[in-house]
Amino acid sequence: MIILSLMALTTLGIIRLRNLFSVVILSTIYSFLMATLLLIFDAVDVALTEAAVGAGISTVLMLTVLYYTKVNEEKPRFKSILPLIICLTIGGLLIYGTYGLPPFGASDTPIHTHVSVQYLERSISETGVPNVVTSVLASYRGFDTLGEVIVVFTAAIGVLSILKRDKI
Amino acid sequence: MRLDLLLRISSKIFLPFIILFAFYVQFHGDFGPGGGFQAGVIFAAGIILYTIIFGIKKAQKDFPEKIFNYMVPLGVLIFTVTGLISLSKGLNFLDYDALAHYPKHGQHIGIIAIELGVFVTVIGSMVSIFYAFVTRGKK
Repeated sequence: MIILSLMALTTLGIIRLRNLFSVVILSTIYSFLMATLLLIFDAVDVALTEAAVGAGISTVLMLTVLYYTKVNEEKPRFKSILPLIICLTIGGLLIYGTYGLPPFGASDTPIHTHVSVQYLERSISETGVPNVVTSVLASYRGFDTLGEVIVVFTAAIGVLSILKRDKI
Repeated sequence: MRLDLLLRISSKIFLPFIILFAFYVQFHGDFGPGGGFQAGVIFAAGIILYTIIFGIKKAQKDFPEKIFNYMVPLGVLIFTVTGLISLSKGLNFLDYDALAHYPKHGQHIGIIAIELGVFVTVIGSMVSIFYAFVTRGKK
């Protein structure tokens, strides 16, 4: 709860501030809070990713972008009423949607009764890997992970071909 | 002479541990948390830290950009070839049972191989994108 309210405060700070350097630092703080939250939920590998990508690499990339542009944000040219209404509507719908979810940690929900039981039971005897997350990601759903690697590959090719087009 | 002495010394002390932690996450992924993606990102963060502290010229001399550019497709290649090997032994694509005499050994080898593929691609992409951002507009 404390972490969630700190995250809300950070977001308010990001909205209020006009100095983009402070905004980047605040979003780093947000990422670290998010990583802590994921750590509390026992999702250590996601927390590692969030801390390294969200707080580390993306901050550095943002600061590099700031080096090429101005540090202070200009006054908005348009009124932001319509985007505000859209955001509030979608946010409200999402919060309304959470009321349809089963309570947190309930064990009789569909995700805990179908395939994950099979994974937990058969992982050791079939793959010999104690970490079920790894055995699911790398072995049972290896094709899925291949797709993810190809996504990373495609993203890198895309960014590089935009950034380096003057050198070819 | 330079005011960033403290930063340079402390990052020199930290860097080996960051790289070591990346390899720990990589090769210990089947026991503890983590895997190829996390390890690759931590490794790339180490190289990016080195670049920030010591400057892009020294970093590109020590870790040439070309290596990382080649690493991007190399990882996908490692992953796909692992799948094709099991296909050529008469099992399904990415069925690692074919990689050794005992299915469990095969699974172990297969998981390490594909995590290596993910690791290589992720390091390559992250560092290539970072280098491309930093050197943009120069030359």
